[in-house]
Amino acid sequence: MKSAARLFLILLILVPALAMAQEATPEAVASVPMGTSACPAPATLSGEVTIGAVLTLSGGASVYGGPQQAAIQLAVDQVNEAGYLGGATLNVIFEDSASENEQAINAMTKLVEEDQVVAVLGPTLSREAFSADPVAQDNGTVVMGVSNTAIGITDMGEFVFRDSLPEAAVIPGVIGQATELLGLTRVGLLYANDDDFTVSGYEVMRDAFSELGIEIVGEETYATGDVDFNAQLTNLLSGDPDVLAVSALAAEAVQITLQARALGYDGYIIGGNGFNSPAVLEQTGADSEGLIVGGAWNIGNPTPTGESVYFVAAYEAATDSSPDQFAAQAYTGAWLLAEAIRCADSADRTAVRDSLAGIVDYATPLGVFSFDENRNPIHAPVAQIVREGRFVVLTAETGVLGE
Amino acid sequence: MNVTQQIINAIWLGSVYSLFSLGYALVFSVLGVLNLAHSAIFMWGAFIGLVSVLYFGFPVWLSVPVAMIGAGLLAVLLERVAFAPLRARGAPRISQLISSIGASILLVSVAQLIFQQLFGAQMLARFPLGSIPTDPIEGLPFNVTPIQVIILVVALVLMVLLQLLISRTRLGQRMRAVAFNTRTASLLGINVGGIFVFTFFLAGALAGAAGVLFGLAYNALTPFIGEAIALKGLTVIVLGGLGNIQGALIGGFVVAGLEVFSIAAGGSNYRDAIVFSLLFLILLVRPQGLVGQKEGTRA
Repeated sequence: MKSAARLFLILLILVPALAMAQEATPEAVASVPMGTSACPAPATLSGEVTIGAVLTLSGGASVYGGPQQAAIQLAVDQVNEAGYLGGATLNVIFEDSASENEQAINAMTKLVEEDQVVAVLGPTLSREAFSADPVAQDNGTVVMGVSNTAIGITDMGEFVFRDSLPEAAVIPGVIGQATELLGLTRVGLLYANDDDFTVSGYEVMRDAFSELGIEIVGEETYATGDVDFNAQLTNLLSGDPDVLAVSALAAEAVQITLQARALGYDGYIIGGNGFNSPAVLEQTGADSEGLIVGGAWNIGNPTPTGESVYFVAAYEAATDSSPDQFAAQAYTGAWLLAEAIRCADSADRTAVRDSLAGIVDYATPLGVFSFDENRNPIHAPVAQIVREGRFVVLTAETGVLGE
Repeated sequence: MNVTQQIINAIWLGSVYSLFSLGYALVFSVLGVLNLAHSAIFMWGAFIGLVSVLYFGFPVWLSVPVAMIGAGLLAVLLERVAFAPLRARGAPRISQLISSIGASILLVSVAQLIFQQLFGAQMLARFPLGSIPTDPIEGLPFNVTPIQVIILVVALVLMVLLQLLISRTRLGQRMRAVAFNTRTASLLGINVGGIFVFTFFLAGALAGAAGVLFGLAYNALTPFIGEAIALKGLTVIVLGGLGNIQGALIGGFVVAGLEVFSIAAGGSNYRDAIVFSLLFLILLVRPQGLVGQKEGTRA
């Protein structure tokens, strides 16, 4: 009797411990950092499978291309280490678009026609994508944008994909959450009226606020490159808004935040993608308190997925720097291609396209990932608010300012 | 509409525009030539001030005189390389203007290379956060930060000093003589080359001061900060009367006021359209500017 009780006790301790041990070192995290594949390892695929990437490695937008390249290389190395493609190895050819549309077209043509790659990641900028993606589409080659957020990217054809959430998908979610949690009633809008990206961001914001029945107390514009926003901000603040919504690029985002605070405004500021960067926090210091941004991914997310944690650790080990959203999306993009090739068990371009379009509920650092029928990404955006210089997930508690 | 605050905004922006335009006007008044590299010197002034703080640990206030001297010397170099050889050959003024455009592109490109090396691909640099107080002064019916007050005061002091220098000193007298007629001035024993160099130094120093104060106020430095203000500065000096010092001063506040109040009146979409329509109108109706004199009695 006594020994039976002891045995029972031992079992009681051991069983959860075993279960936990299994959870801590599941194959999914240890050998395949990207969750479990929907398909068995490919049986027929062998040799070298080559993909391409067109990135802004130099020029004005090189700040994005560098992290993207590092992240894609990391993903490809992991795919090969894990034997994710069975007997085949994945290889990637990087091409520099120099942040120029013509160069992006040249790079895309080289990859698709000369190198005969299976699929292409990039180009980094939306305008480059509009120039270069038709080359891939005409050649029946998958091209996946990993940072294109403009409207209409995937309308270019059935071979054009993206894994980067368009602003149109991020902003309404964030505005909805913020309104519900914070009880917003009056908003002032500010945006650059000479930039496609900021204008489309503004339109999405305006529509989202209107739909929620929030009063728009003013709409002001500026030109890209402006540094003085005092007059516009003074106008907006005289309408006594409880939130400012700003569609701006990173450089102006900093100025606008600083000047709004210098004018005595201490309420919420909802920003577009331009605000979603550690640099903006660093450069606005204490003035960033109350800044609300949505993003596809953020390193400051306090409840990251296992894939995200693994990615951050691996990226930091490989590059000695912290990944940003662009790196996370590029990394995910490379893994999505690997998954598509694995499931197709083929390096045939059309087979890979069909297999990619069929990806559903794939666990990635961005969250549980699927493509919709228009080859746009579906995953939850993160609504975040800056408290004490850090991004925290927006809740009714973290949203209370002035403590 | 918060009128008081908008007036403060206009005065503040106006002091930045005026300070920038003074150097423009000064060079034009003495040489009769537009120095289109003035905006590049302005940018370099800001950059020199920034480097002195970031890399040499200078206190922020010291970066102003450092930037003035650095930008002044750079302007002298510009005069020697881009203007003097053309003048010596008796080239037309349009050649000097084009030469200054070339110099401007060169200066911006060099700055781009250096910015890229120092601050990465975004080429964006800022004075360290907290080096300038950005919280509004308390107890006022409007919002104004200490740095805004400082810049306004420095700008006004520099303008007054410049005016005194030109109207009350021997040096100023010689500058005016050279401006009136180089040949006569030279016959009177004035070192014309020296006056040119000095004028450029002075204009460069003013651009440097404007640059570093602009940098401190808005705290977002790129190699391209001169480009937007260059056009505004041009509007200011045309408005004030080309080569007229008081005109540049008044013009700066007029342009800033117009900008701010076109926004305040709900026209932020038309801000630049309004300002540049004014430029067009002035050129048509009153080409000598608001306070300008007839050609020949300038300076």
